[in-house]
Amino acid sequence: MTEFLLNDETVETGLPAGLTVLDFVRYKRNLKGTKIGCREGDCGACTVLVGEPTADGIRYRSMTSCLMPLANAAGKHIVTVEGINPKNGELTPVQESLVDHGGTQCGFCTVGFVMSLTGFCLDDTEKDQAMSVSAVDGNICRCTGYKSIERAAAEIAKRLSGRDFRKNLESAVKAGVVPKYFNGIESRLREIKPEITDKTTGAVVGGGTDLYVQKPEEMVSEEATHVLYSQQLRGIEEIGGRVEIGASATVTDLLESQLMKDVFPDLFFHLKLVSSTPIRNMATLAGNFVNASPIGDMTVWFLALDAKVVFDSGRSLPLRKFYRGYKELEKDALESITRISFVKPGKGFRFNFEKVCKRQYLDIATVNTAISFEEQDGALSKVHVSAGGVAPIPLYLSKTSEYLDGKTISAATIRASAEVIDSEISPISDVRGSADYKRLLLRQLFKAHFIEVI
Amino acid sequence: MKNLDSSSHVRGESIYLDDIPLLQGTLFACVFDSPVAHGQIKRLDLSRASEAVGVESVITASDLIGENEIGGIVKDEPLLADTEVHFQGMPVAIVLADSEEHAHAAAKLIEIEIEEFEAITEPRVAYRKGSLIADPKRFILGDSERAFVDCDHVFEGRADVNGQEHLYIETQGAYVIPNENGGLRIYSSTQGPTAVQRCVSGVTAIPMNLIEVDVTRLGGAFGGKEDQANAWASICAVGAQLSGRPVKYALHRMEDMRMTGKRHPYSADYKIGLDRHLKIKAYEVVFYQNAGAAADLSLPVLERTLFHCTNAYFIPNVTATAYSCKTNLPPNTAFRGFGGPQGMFVIESAIAHAAEKLEVRARILQENNLIDSGEEFPYGQIAESEARTSWKQANEAFDISTLEEKAREFNRSSKYFRKAIAVQPVCFGISFTKTPMNQARSLVHVYTDGSIAVSTGAVEMGQGVNTKIAQVAENVFSLPVEKVKVHTTNTLRIANTSPTAASAAADLNGKATQQACEKILERLMEVAGELVEGGKETELSIRDGEVFRDDEPTGLDWVTLVNEAHLRRVNLSEHSHYATPGIHFDWSTAKGHPFAYHVYGTAVVGVTVDCLRGRYTVDFVKNVHDFGKSMNTDVDFGQIEGGIAQGVGWMTMEEVVYDDAGALRSNALSTYKIPDIYSVPEIVETKALETERQNLAIYSSKAVGEPPLMYGLGAYFAIRSAIRAYDSSLSPEFDAPFTPEKVLMDLYGNPGGE
Repeated sequence: MTEFLLNDETVETGLPAGLTVLDFVRYKRNLKGTKIGCREGDCGACTVLVGEPTADGIRYRSMTSCLMPLANAAGKHIVTVEGINPKNGELTPVQESLVDHGGTQCGFCTVGFVMSLTGFCLDDTEKDQAMSVSAVDGNICRCTGYKSIERAAAEIAKRLSGRDFRKNLESAVKAGVVPKYFNGIESRLREIKPEITDKTTGAVVGGGTDLYVQKPEEMVSEEATHVLYSQQLRGIEEIGGRVEIGASATVTDLLESQLMKDVFPDLFFHLKLVSSTPIRNMATLAGNFVNASPIGDMTVWFLALDAKVVFDSGRSLPLRKFYRGYKELEKDALESITRISFVKPGKGFRFNFEKVCKRQYLDIATVNTAISFEEQDGALSKVHVSAGGVAPIPLYLSKTSEYLDGKTISAATIRASAEVIDSEISPISDVRGSADYKRLLLRQLFKAHFIEVI
Repeated sequence: MKNLDSSSHVRGESIYLDDIPLLQGTLFACVFDSPVAHGQIKRLDLSRASEAVGVESVITASDLIGENEIGGIVKDEPLLADTEVHFQGMPVAIVLADSEEHAHAAAKLIEIEIEEFEAITEPRVAYRKGSLIADPKRFILGDSERAFVDCDHVFEGRADVNGQEHLYIETQGAYVIPNENGGLRIYSSTQGPTAVQRCVSGVTAIPMNLIEVDVTRLGGAFGGKEDQANAWASICAVGAQLSGRPVKYALHRMEDMRMTGKRHPYSADYKIGLDRHLKIKAYEVVFYQNAGAAADLSLPVLERTLFHCTNAYFIPNVTATAYSCKTNLPPNTAFRGFGGPQGMFVIESAIAHAAEKLEVRARILQENNLIDSGEEFPYGQIAESEARTSWKQANEAFDISTLEEKAREFNRSSKYFRKAIAVQPVCFGISFTKTPMNQARSLVHVYTDGSIAVSTGAVEMGQGVNTKIAQVAENVFSLPVEKVKVHTTNTLRIANTSPTAASAAADLNGKATQQACEKILERLMEVAGELVEGGKETELSIRDGEVFRDDEPTGLDWVTLVNEAHLRRVNLSEHSHYATPGIHFDWSTAKGHPFAYHVYGTAVVGVTVDCLRGRYTVDFVKNVHDFGKSMNTDVDFGQIEGGIAQGVGWMTMEEVVYDDAGALRSNALSTYKIPDIYSVPEIVETKALETERQNLAIYSSKAVGEPPLMYGLGAYFAIRSAIRAYDSSLSPEFDAPFTPEKVLMDLYGNPGGE
């Protein structure tokens, strides 16, 4: 049995826990406002809000319901457009603003934008123009060219400027952003007792953002353990000089962590390059590692931190030793990652992340690369360089890292390291680019590291 | 006025195909499509699929009651492959099952053995092998061969432009319900209800009068559902006919991308000649269109490439030849601009080439050769031109040379970033180039409560056509628009419709609606003349729901008038027909006056290229656009912004990739990228051209659907200029789109580069 709130209704369902929330709301509950665009989290037409009780009130996040198993809805408040529509055909401020600015043409993607922007209202992010645009970075529209949507979003940000509904849902209700029944959601959610299972069976599913793209049909009925909201697998904290991250920490968790912000001054701009808001809200760090995509952004990022992964078996391993070959892991079939950690960097720490794809945002990298080092008097130490899209695995560039250690940065060093990089990589031609291009691109991005960092 | 659907859109209450409530007993279809691009079917084993859970039946070509043919213009496309397959994604069999999941699972159990033949994916290869859809088409003006002799400068080159996936967010689909007497009721996500009706009639052998096609709205189409909705409706229709049960098929995204055609890729050779005053005197161009495996709409698309091969320029001597080349890709089809944008890309490439060699700015050549009123297009129509006025107003409004100077200044101070500007004039003809298609009908009912129902042949797909039609009724009857409802597009109410395409739906259906409303109003005013004292002697009019005599209200209100008319047995309905006057075209001479009018405009496009990483941003697209006299600025400005984004996408990141075996590699949203909110131009500024010129558009409000897409061409040429601003020795090939890969490879990919 999966129990959750769907709009103003308590749902208890015995349907497979692997069924997507999208199919559930559309075809089992006849809530047809949520649309199907791509079923792979790339268009945002199926965006819903997911409310999770936290220590200080409910936190609503936008998620793509096409990649979300029912299991991840357990104990949550799932909100579709029907759950925010005011009575008598009236409009919420978000809806009104989209109408006023002509932000809807064919209408098929529109509800996704409505939900993302409603999520923006309920969140505690800065209510400015840039953040309002950021809130819809996972929503694709083919008709409007987005300018009208930008204007609508900016108006919403302006109207809400200085207001924080995050810890004060009642004021959101007063402002008409959500209906009255939201006031009672928190207490209703706390009454739902999640079913606790401590045994791991079948595949471990985090946010589902990769598995539901790779094998959507199988996932519906496949036996699985859903860990996205597993309490012991969350959290980002400093322990004994290391930054320790729970396996099911999402990219958004990283983005919002003060500890991470302290270590990475450019965290926001770098993580913005990684997928989109709804996907970042679902995708877990360990999921990205285990997926073993040769272009996994977070994997490349953490390779350059020389991170370590810890398994439930108690074993641990440097991330760079985790990949044996294409989608082949140094991991027992029954083992799963519980924690990820890296040494909290000291003085002179530098980090950079570069990524180029066909579309700068909400795209999969053609090539991505990260670098970290410490610099003292021009000399580099503790150098770690990684790259994706240039080998069958997300690649730790060990020779390049070694070569750079102790060097001072100069045009000659960069040129010479490029030679070393060339010897370490083996890109192939595919839909994301030719092998020659990837080779050239990595060389350029490697150069960009030093332009950005120095 | 906002699009009338806006409120139901934002509340998620608008109904699309997949939202129609299901009838009991509905079956779900899934197509099994060819995994091979070209070959002969040796064995097709349906046994495992037929026995799979929930499967009702599996249908192949031999089961069809009607003809196995869906080609609309050329009869060259079977609905289901029979003996041979001609592209990867060609439907072979239809599985009907009790659920979508069961239908999909069963389709995977079908086994096929195909003897593979050589697959052609490139149009020039098809041309060399003589694989053509039809004889070539040619436009000739003057004598280009002789004119080149007198030219001071002659340049020859090649230009390639790739296709484009429509990526309507609502995929293709249909829902067909069997009716009594062997009839069918069809819900289809189509731009062409009549095309669906005709096509279904062919494959089922059911006469058209027993087939009802009904369309509420589409979740985007852009030409992709003009002809290519037919197959899915036909598949469901055949299923419904054979099973006697309702059949639905809403395609999954990857099925849609794999099985449907896209914008036509073109390869072209050009030769351009100029005199010493930099006037273009002669232009020769040969187009090789990649039609895909069947004609579909390729021939009219090819024709429009010719119609727009000189864009907004006057060239006195033109020889333009176009070959529609048959390849083993899914049949390519209509896409906003309908071949025009490809023709324009080639002339713009030729001009950029000439400018580069002559070491002048392209915009000097462009401006120098804009077409003036009274000059002739290669197809014989005489221009009533706004090319120069829109250019001039754009220059006044946006100050092109200052924008250029700012870019140069930026470039001097940046090591890796380069800015550049391109100017993009556009001239686009409005009307179906096939003259008989320029007709439409509208059915208007006035009910006794005073409310009005309108039906036309236009299909609403976000472009706001129903809003404009409601405005027409609102305007003629002088009633609040809330009194007017524009209903679904239905072949029983409006027959023999042209598809909603060619930017012409508001003009054609709007004019028909205007006529219908005026006829009803005329009859009502006659009744009013009897009801109002002295009404027969003076001019009566209706204003805000009341009858006026001269400028005085008479106290006779709309509802009373309507009821009085009804009691007098006056007809409160009208079915009116409109045909665009004055247009004609003769293919035997390739001359005529095919367009009711042209739409003009000029855009200034600015880009910044990151020459370290090969990325770029489009900073602005500022344009002066010829709306005529816009009847709905909300809708029209929205079309400009959307069209620009789509045009920029086509020229930059949208890359359709087929491999040599004809398999689509860019087959999902993860591998085919359309603009997101961050990649559209940061600034889009649109100003309306100020002109007093009359035109044939509805209320003089010119068609706006397609023309703005072509402003996007400027993004390509601006990126190219920025690369040359970084390294003036470079001369990138004309090969759109300008993906980040091409930018970086153009910058450094050649030996001798950095």
